[in-house]
Amino acid sequence: MSTLNYLGQSLKNLFSRPATENYPAKPHIYEERYRGHIENDISRCILCGNCMRHCPSSAITVSKAEYTWRIRPFSCVQCNECVEVCPVKCLSMVNAPTKPGTQKSIIVNRYSSEQIAVEQERQKAIAERIAKAKAAAAAKSPNPADTAQASKENKSCV
Amino acid sequence: MADNSIKKISIVPFGPQHPVLPEPIHLDLVLQDEKVIDALPSIGFVHRGLEKLVEKRDFQDFVLVAERTCGICSFGHGLGYVEAVEKIMHLETTPRTKYLRTMWAELGRMHNHLMWLGLLADAFGFESLFMETWRLREKVLDLLELTTGGRVIFSVNKVGGLRKDVTKGMLDTIMAGMTVLTKECRVATDTFLGDRDVQSRMRGVGRLSPERAEELGCCGPFLRASGVRRDLRLLGYEAYGELQFEPIVSFDGDCYARCEVRIKELYQSMDLVRQCIEKMPDGPIEVPVKGNPNGEYMARIEQPRGEALYYVKANGTKFLTRYRNRTPTYSNIPGLVETIKGAELADVAMMILTIDPCISCTER
Repeated sequence: MSTLNYLGQSLKNLFSRPATENYPAKPHIYEERYRGHIENDISRCILCGNCMRHCPSSAITVSKAEYTWRIRPFSCVQCNECVEVCPVKCLSMVNAPTKPGTQKSIIVNRYSSEQIAVEQERQKAIAERIAKAKAAAAAKSPNPADTAQASKENKSCV
Repeated sequence: MADNSIKKISIVPFGPQHPVLPEPIHLDLVLQDEKVIDALPSIGFVHRGLEKLVEKRDFQDFVLVAERTCGICSFGHGLGYVEAVEKIMHLETTPRTKYLRTMWAELGRMHNHLMWLGLLADAFGFESLFMETWRLREKVLDLLELTTGGRVIFSVNKVGGLRKDVTKGMLDTIMAGMTVLTKECRVATDTFLGDRDVQSRMRGVGRLSPERAEELGCCGPFLRASGVRRDLRLLGYEAYGELQFEPIVSFDGDCYARCEVRIKELYQSMDLVRQCIEKMPDGPIEVPVKGNPNGEYMARIEQPRGEALYYVKANGTKFLTRYRNRTPTYSNIPGLVETIKGAELADVAMMILTIDPCISCTER
């Protein structure tokens, strides 16, 4: 009896539309929450490295010295952790899969020359501010090494 | 009187690559003519050392690694790990979190069982039934994709709650999906249980008595098909304590009984999902997590394939000392070896399949 039932289902399948999509002729519409691949808006990225530290598959590499943010898309497991921990929300999960490739490529996002210039200026300003603060601190209170030396000399005089 | 029959002993390697095995496991089958007199299993082909990674990953991030132990029981692995950590940290999750976790766990069970039914149909050569069950499974995966963003790896669990909430519209879609699935699954499952050809491959094959099943530490549908009423969901973890269900038990202990248990569990899961949606409370989906865990805990949950253990030991830092995961397939291998002994070589594939082996889980 069940065989006859299944025969009915088979005939229904034969004359009904395919269960699969006519891809790629008709593009697939992904769900809004679908975790496809990571994209970085490098103009907003501060290269803090939080994404690199939290990445479970170590797919992300951030280099402050080279002003680069790298991702190995074939190692990325689309867990969305980097998007969640990003402090400036420059990372986003795009709801379409990574483009197919023939090689295990690395996507490198580098600061633009203007961004590098601004960053270098900022670093310079920070360094100067630190140096000034150190100098001010030294001027305010005498050097503890000098004080020790002075007290030694005083003792020897006695 | 001398025995004149030909009784040649030979050893036939079964696996690690075999048409019925989606993943690599090796069995040395000691044959006397066509009859199996002994089977020697060996595993270790896809070991990845995931447990060791716990020493290098923040305990909050490790859930993402834990759930990637396997592509089918992934939600359960994440759930077991967070349950253990939450118990160590004395965190009580919100009611909505509990219901959503239960709902996703049952959707995971549904897609696992539908996948297994497809593999079973493929193993005994019923190609169109295989396609039909996988078409139905696709509907469950679509619901999971809609709510979590992933088809088999969900990444929604975290210590103290969930990463994503579910909207009212999504719950309505799931409810409608359950109605369609209940109707459409009936044709396929009736064929599994009623078709004469299907029965000829499974009835009386690989029989395991309830006593031996218990002695050998079997679990999950494999154990329940032998007549033992043991289901960890009865412990009432997450929202199971507030839902109405009775474990599915069958008494024949053969391959047909295992198929029957899984088919009935499929409908039971649909019912549990409906109950979860009907009783779904409103409210937050996470509680704040303060500090680092310190202590140890062993969580037990009922995965689609059976009982899974998650041992977590923490030392007060953000890196855990030890994470141990014992998966259902690992406990079912002794039972499998027992059933294979005395069977015909042609039935071995069917017996291996009916424990629903998941080698990725077993190897970790």
